[in-house]
Amino acid sequence: MSVPIDTNSKFAEYAHPEAIVSTHWLAENLATPNLVIVESDEDVLLYEIGHIPGAVKIDWHTDLNDPVLRDYVQGEAFAELMSSKGISRDSTVVIYGDKSNWWAAYALWVFKLFGHEDVRLLDGGRDKWIAEGRELTKEQPALQRSNYPVTERNDAPIRAYLSDTLAHIGKPMIDVRSPEEYSGERTHMPAYPEEGALRGGHIPGAASVPWARAANEDSTFKSRADLEALYLGEAGLKPGDDIIAYCRIGERSSHTWFVLNYLLGFTGVRNYDGSWTEWGSAVRVPIVKGTAPGALVD
Amino acid sequence: MSDLPEVLSQTRDDFLDLGDKDKIQLLIEFAEELPELPARYADHPELLEKVEECQSPVYIFVEVEDGKVAVFATAPEQAPTTRGFASILAQGLSGLSVEEALDIPDDFPSTLGLNSLISPLRVRGMTGMLWRMKRQIREKSQG
Repeated sequence: MSVPIDTNSKFAEYAHPEAIVSTHWLAENLATPNLVIVESDEDVLLYEIGHIPGAVKIDWHTDLNDPVLRDYVQGEAFAELMSSKGISRDSTVVIYGDKSNWWAAYALWVFKLFGHEDVRLLDGGRDKWIAEGRELTKEQPALQRSNYPVTERNDAPIRAYLSDTLAHIGKPMIDVRSPEEYSGERTHMPAYPEEGALRGGHIPGAASVPWARAANEDSTFKSRADLEALYLGEAGLKPGDDIIAYCRIGERSSHTWFVLNYLLGFTGVRNYDGSWTEWGSAVRVPIVKGTAPGALVD
Repeated sequence: MSDLPEVLSQTRDDFLDLGDKDKIQLLIEFAEELPELPARYADHPELLEKVEECQSPVYIFVEVEDGKVAVFATAPEQAPTTRGFASILAQGLSGLSVEEALDIPDDFPSTLGLNSLISPLRVRGMTGMLWRMKRQIREKSQG
């Protein structure tokens, strides 16, 4: 790891302090060689109306997804994207975004599918940077093309498919959606185009821990002690557990995946990115309605 | 599609004439142009209806008077795409008759050439807004 880590005392408590930096640290490191700042947002225009000086834009929808298959891009397209943004295989990448870093965490997770080693999140994301009155620019950085190697995507360690998730029922699972989505209440709003799920509810046995409970008001992550109280205490996760997190399309659960993996140090956490838009429309998969986790009934 | 109301058809042609970079700029211009809420709504945001399927909060209010439609909307500055969508529709629907507004094809948002540029999922947020505006117009014109 060529770029030093942020030694801030809050981060020192986390299992992987090397995976997170503060706005203060980033402001001091804007010109650090081989560090590339990436903005990744839900709102696709935010980068254009002002971004952190030197940052490049990577859009989860249009850059990281395959345009035909419901899947992420393959190694060649990822290598081309990285090269076009001036990112090398050994670059330190700091990702930030809107909405408490939902999409930034999602982008980080995709970087990890390709095994990019040094990727960090900006604690508090875009909102905190702006709230602190730090500099924004509309200027596009002058990029020097890099030569990123074509790397095979390795999904298995951190990505769960529908079949993996079915097989996982009975083991710890975290549903990070809102309580209304979890209970299945929110499906039949008149005159709403459905976002793609035909049934409402949750996967049997999944505990409800809405993603936002891991974040403070200012979009930063909660302290390790608070996170342990939530996930080990309330949700009953135990060290060594294999865990699957899911939401609607996998973005909010990437946030929770980041927390469990990097901040709390669980090693067997997978994000089920098919999430409710797949599960809620799949034929004959089990669903539980209501507020209790429920269990699989034979 | 030739019978699309004038403002919307102009908007569509403007988008379709532009390259990708300029489409983004045009959408930002729309976002910047989103009119301020009239004072009568500005103080009562709870009166405005929230469009749930847009992930950024957007509030929409429709008025129908003498058979003419007026649409107002507000969304946070840090949600320019949502503001841009709302602005295109508010400008395009305001001043139309109830019938003209209800006749706008539901798939209007996906005719702007934005699907591949900003993703179909995001464009669907605009479709959701249009549905909700039309639903309110229907309710309010039945008096």
